[in-house]
Amino acid sequence: MTVADQHGSTAASGLAAAYGLVDADLVAMYRTMALARALDERMWVLNRSGRAPFVISGQGHEGAQVGIAWPLRRDHDWVAPFYRSIATCLVAGMTPRELMLAQFARGSDPSSGGRQMPGHYGHAGHHVVSVSSPVATQILHAAGIALAARIRGLDQVAMAIMGEGSSNQGDVHEALNFVAIHRLPFVFVVENNGYAISVPAERELSVRDVADRAAGYGIPGTVVDGTDVLACYAAARDAVDRARRGDGPSMIEAKVTRLTGHSSDDQQTKYRSEAELAETRALDPLPIFRDQLRAAGVLDEVAQLEIDGDVALAVEDATAFAEAEPDPDPATGVDHVFADRSSNEPPPPWHPAPREGAR
Amino acid sequence: MAVRTFIEAIREGLAEEMRRDPAVIVLGEDVGKKGGVFLATDGLWAEFGDDRVIDTPLTESMIVGTSVGAALNGLRPVAEIQFADFIFPAFNQIVSEAARMRYRTVSGATVPMVIRAPFGGGVHGALYHSQSVEAFFAHVPGIKTVVPSTPYDAKGLLRASIRDEDPVLFLEHKKMYRSVRGEVPEGEYTVPIGRAAVRRTGRRLTVVAYGLMVHYALEAAERVAEEGIDCEVVDLRTLRPLDRETLLASVRKTGKCLVVYEDNRFGGYGAEIAAIVAEEAFEYLDGPVSRLAGPDTPAMPYNHVLEEWFMLSPAKIADAIRRLAAY
Repeated sequence: MTVADQHGSTAASGLAAAYGLVDADLVAMYRTMALARALDERMWVLNRSGRAPFVISGQGHEGAQVGIAWPLRRDHDWVAPFYRSIATCLVAGMTPRELMLAQFARGSDPSSGGRQMPGHYGHAGHHVVSVSSPVATQILHAAGIALAARIRGLDQVAMAIMGEGSSNQGDVHEALNFVAIHRLPFVFVVENNGYAISVPAERELSVRDVADRAAGYGIPGTVVDGTDVLACYAAARDAVDRARRGDGPSMIEAKVTRLTGHSSDDQQTKYRSEAELAETRALDPLPIFRDQLRAAGVLDEVAQLEIDGDVALAVEDATAFAEAEPDPDPATGVDHVFADRSSNEPPPPWHPAPREGAR
Repeated sequence: MAVRTFIEAIREGLAEEMRRDPAVIVLGEDVGKKGGVFLATDGLWAEFGDDRVIDTPLTESMIVGTSVGAALNGLRPVAEIQFADFIFPAFNQIVSEAARMRYRTVSGATVPMVIRAPFGGGVHGALYHSQSVEAFFAHVPGIKTVVPSTPYDAKGLLRASIRDEDPVLFLEHKKMYRSVRGEVPEGEYTVPIGRAAVRRTGRRLTVVAYGLMVHYALEAAERVAEEGIDCEVVDLRTLRPLDRETLLASVRKTGKCLVVYEDNRFGGYGAEIAAIVAEEAFEYLDGPVSRLAGPDTPAMPYNHVLEEWFMLSPAKIADAIRRLAAY
């Protein structure tokens, strides 16, 4: 998903060249991370000000998400994300307005038409598989997508993404065994933030690195530092290339940090100390990547301010747009159960008609 | 017309759909070279090869979950769950994923797929090779549940299920695989999902059944006919969406309704039928809507005496008909 072709800018610093990218790619990656963060922060403001009942956050994960999704071919490859994948969805092509429509659960929300909780993104056109709340189910969907790609002779890659907590589910074992048997074009990504809601890694994982489990399936497993965006990119590029050329699936585990509580309904100070939380803030990928780009001469203060301004405008625009959109019409509540509405169960014939204006 | 067993009709339906549409694949445990433990997929691997007839590991959640994914990416998978008793590891993928995908994406993403599963008892299958699972799934909006009772319907409904745009659970009573024969026409036909069939007309009492119980009900109806009790037998064929018109028209005509199902009684699918009849045909009823079903034990026991005790039979159904007719 490099931007060189779009912008025609082929300037490459040493940093960019080391990864086969141009500077415009690095700037676009940074912009995507900053946009994801700013949208996420706005969602919390909306929640705390009573304008959105729920938020679930990707803060701290954005570096890994952007780096790892970057090698995918937009609208061609598939991604089966999870409820923290805000930056992943931006890389896949979803817009700030579309993400905010989900946050406000508006009728025009392309993810679910306001049917799902916020953060449960999906977009058929961009090949983003709809997120559900039972965790890890999506890994099997991605496996099936990869199987279909193989059978149909398409050179698509399917990427499944989840947290390390979800990686303990049985569906993960069933999926990895299957994709490994058939050497399917598949990449499994674990964003390990060290917590399954409140349960720390040492109480939910028998190994330090989830990637160690890859060996059990005979596939490569790589651990990357989730604050090192370009290391994430390189690992994902290798995995995507391997999958696309028919050399089978692989696993990437990105060590990330969760800067917020599990969700807007979680108070993480109950189970994480102030000292620990201060440490996590030092692992925020956004300033780390910014400083890296500044040091490499890819980003200067003017460019950074410009990006900050663009991001702020995009967040304002998305918020105002989505908030002004209408709620779904309750009359559509029985739509999309089956392809044909005649397959729906009819309401009991003797029930009184709903009161005027009743909802 | 050719005469086929129930399982031959299913096998032919699968093969013909696979020839017609290259998007149709079959996956499940032992469905390949072996042709399935009941031989429902026998010959498909030889004709269509590894890509389209896929032997899976013993992983039911994977069988259904990858089918969901394959359907999202343009295929029409027909997943086989070896015995309906083993479907529960896939419950989450069926209920939370397959059945909700359309709703939660406002039809942006859909999963046209079929899950075939042999169900039912009377074959010495004990607790884990005899269960009726339809109540768990017919409860769920977003997935259709089909239970054919004749070779003609099995083939026609399977074709319709494969072509349907929504997920379909296709339940095949395993005792019928080789014991039930019937005429199956050559060539193309489908049986529409959501239509019941009146298998026997009568005026005194309606027996509602599906799957193997249709055959038992017909046999019971013949027995009581000799005693002057004239029964109508409605074969639901599709549990969801339900053909209310055929059901209610029959009960409104006869005034009495006996629902027969092999599953244990409490909370079973027949309870929904009884509730609908009570709600929508109340004024026509001339007796209590009654259920005849399996005993409320956790599952079917193995020993043949116990199995016979659990299973319904034409004799038990005939008794229930007599009691209700006399009400």
